Amino acid sequence: MNIYVLMKRTFDTEEKITISGGKINEDGAEFIINPYDEYAIEEAIQVRDEHGGEVTVVSVGTEEAEKQLRTALAMGADKAVLINTEDDVEEGDQFTTSKILAEFLKDKEVDLIIGGNVAIDGGSGQVGPRVAELLAIPYITTITKLDIEGTTATVVRDVEGDSEVIETSLPLLVTAQQGLNEPRYPSLPGIMKAKKKPLDEIELDDLDLDEDDVEAKTKTIEISLPPKKEAGKVLEGELEGQVKELVSLLHNEAKVV
Amino acid sequence: MARKVLVLGEVREGSLRNVSFEAVAAAKTSAEGGEVVGVLFGDSVSALGAEFIQYGADRVVTVEDELLKQYTSDGYSQALLAVIDQEDPEGIIFGHTAQGKDLAPKIAAKLESGLISDVTDLEVEGGNLVFTRPIYSGKAFEKKIVTDGLLFATIRPNNIAPLEKDESRNGDVSSLSVEIKNLRQVIKEVVRKATEGVDLSEAKVIVAGGRGVKSEEGFEPLKELADVLGGAVGASRGACDADYCDYSLQIGQTGKVVTPDLYIACGISGAIQHLAGMSNSKIIVAINKDPEANIFKVADYGIVGDLFEVLPLLTKEFKELLVNA
Ligand SMILES: Cc1cc2nc3c(=O)[nH]c(=O)nc-3n(C[C@H](O)[C@H](O)[C@@H](O)COP(=O)(O)OP(=O)(O)OC[C@H]3O[C@@H](n4cnc5c(N)ncnc54)[C@H](O)[C@@H]3O)c2cc1C
Ligand SMILES: Cc1cc2nc3c(=O)[nH]c(=O)nc-3n(C[C@H](O)[C@H](O)[C@H](O)COP(=O)(O)OP(=O)(O)OC[C@H]3O[C@@H](n4cnc5c(N)ncnc54)[C@H](O)[C@@H]3O)c2cc1C
Repeated sequence: MNIYVLMKRTFDTEEKITISGGKINEDGAEFIINPYDEYAIEEAIQVRDEHGGEVTVVSVGTEEAEKQLRTALAMGADKAVLINTEDDVEEGDQFTTSKILAEFLKDKEVDLIIGGNVAIDGGSGQVGPRVAELLAIPYITTITKLDIEGTTATVVRDVEGDSEVIETSLPLLVTAQQGLNEPRYPSLPGIMKAKKKPLDEIELDDLDLDEDDVEAKTKTIEISLPPKKEAGKVLEGELEGQVKELVSLLHNEAKVV
Repeated sequence: MARKVLVLGEVREGSLRNVSFEAVAAAKTSAEGGEVVGVLFGDSVSALGAEFIQYGADRVVTVEDELLKQYTSDGYSQALLAVIDQEDPEGIIFGHTAQGKDLAPKIAAKLESGLISDVTDLEVEGGNLVFTRPIYSGKAFEKKIVTDGLLFATIRPNNIAPLEKDESRNGDVSSLSVEIKNLRQVIKEVVRKATEGVDLSEAKVIVAGGRGVKSEEGFEPLKELADVLGGAVGASRGACDADYCDYSLQIGQTGKVVTPDLYIACGISGAIQHLAGMSNSKIIVAINKDPEANIFKVADYGIVGDLFEVLPLLTKEFKELLVNA
């Protein structure tokens, strides 16, 4: 089976976020594999181990994403591809990323594509369904279970807490929801092997795309931090008094009850 | 610039979801004086058209087909693309719900358009329609504009106020016939979880429990408080993983994103993935026995203490207040 994983390198949002020069400050920040893409990588490895084939992890980004791609190889993926946009695209959006990924994937004869359901930084959840549509293949988002038999896939989709059991067919794109599996940590031998696995780097040119083909349709004009909340009021004194005070605050000051 | 804007309404158990009325309000702003056209899909939805109009749609187009009774991306996109073909809109607004999240990017890709997802506010600023949305798990916000083509956005429930219902408004409800076919996804089974009562993503008050609730029975005092306040019960991932409650109650990045007027977090530590789902709540109350818990950093009011002691007192106090009110 020919399996591709869409992987985004993201800012670790557990870190403190600051803004400088109108942008999120990335100096010294931690970058990670988008957590939902870790589920995608794990699932791809499990499907390959069961059905045979090959897992290729692909990321659109800059050279810096090589680190996360190596981690994916260390987890057990077979190949990695970095589509380096550094020299070609300055401002992009979800249209940009999806178009690039779809151009790359269109002649790869894919059976299965797995992505994350959302990136924890950009947070749009658009890239998976967009790529599937551009490739004209079916997709199921936020899945918690995947079973494949021949060219039939049975998928459990999380729909705001309800689950739907859906039958569909390969080639297919799915996006991972938490609960799909427990991603493995790269083992030491895995890390050693990863160093020898192929990590190809290509550019827009190699996909016969130029900047205009992928020009963003939207633009960010301002980034801000949420209005600084005043430090909350931790109540004090004897418990019954605290409870009375809280009810009075919610009723008279906050006016939410 | 006046523009025609489509709003896809979302039907759940025979009625329109609140987020659909909020989407109409967002569409009205986006239309800048142009026409707002409500769109409804299902096996029998025409009867809901009148209410859509009372909330601000100028007219409604429906597509009715047995195959649209349940949402599938193929079925709904066939129907929507047909409506788009007929109406030629300049804007489209959906709710950022499971359905909206799944469908909107497919339509955007098909139309080669941009899409601004999970919008919490929009306004006309300096001649531009400016959309605000949370990024970095809710730790920052960005303002976005559309630079090319269709104005397409999904809005986060409970953030944009719906217009007041006006029962005297009326408009045309027409149906479009579309051949829905070749669906590549077949829904074999839907397992509905115990989501009785108030819809979490639309609740004005949420009482949420975490691992600190300690058991299934531990949720009882939370339910009692939620009942008194006319609210809903929610949970952290920790509580769901420990089997104290169902995953349908989960709030956070993986679960539901909520923006109630009042969020009472009981025995929840305040992990970033949880905050991503609730930090926009208007007022946050934390009840936790650990004074260092991260949840106190986002709380407006906090009580350091055992939730099993605090909650019954709180319920009693609110009961008295609401009886006297
Ligand atoms: C060349 C370029 C220029 C950009 N310029 C800007 C800019 O100027 N301003 C700005 O705000 N943003 C910019 N971005 C970021 C961009 O708008 C988004 O991050 C977009 O790439 C993904 O949207 P998202 O973060 O909402 O991801 P989502 O759609 O939420 O991601 C869902 C899933 O899609 C897959 N996916 C997402 N992104 C990638 C990727 N890059 N590679 C592989 N798989 C992926 C993953 O599986 C992920 O889990 C740029 C991106 C690129 C590639
Ligand atoms: C990719 C990913 C996605 C995730 N998505 C989500 C998500 O959507 N939602 C989510 O919630 N989490 C999510 N998580 C998990 C998250 O990181 C935390 O593990 C989880 O939120 C912790 O739940 P908790 O606060 O209930 O438990 P804990 O962190 O264990 O906290 C329990 C709290 O209860 C307090 N307590 C204990 N007993 C009492 C008592 N008697 N009275 C008062 N207080 C008491 C303790 O002091 C403690 O602060 C995600 C994690 C990952 C990696």
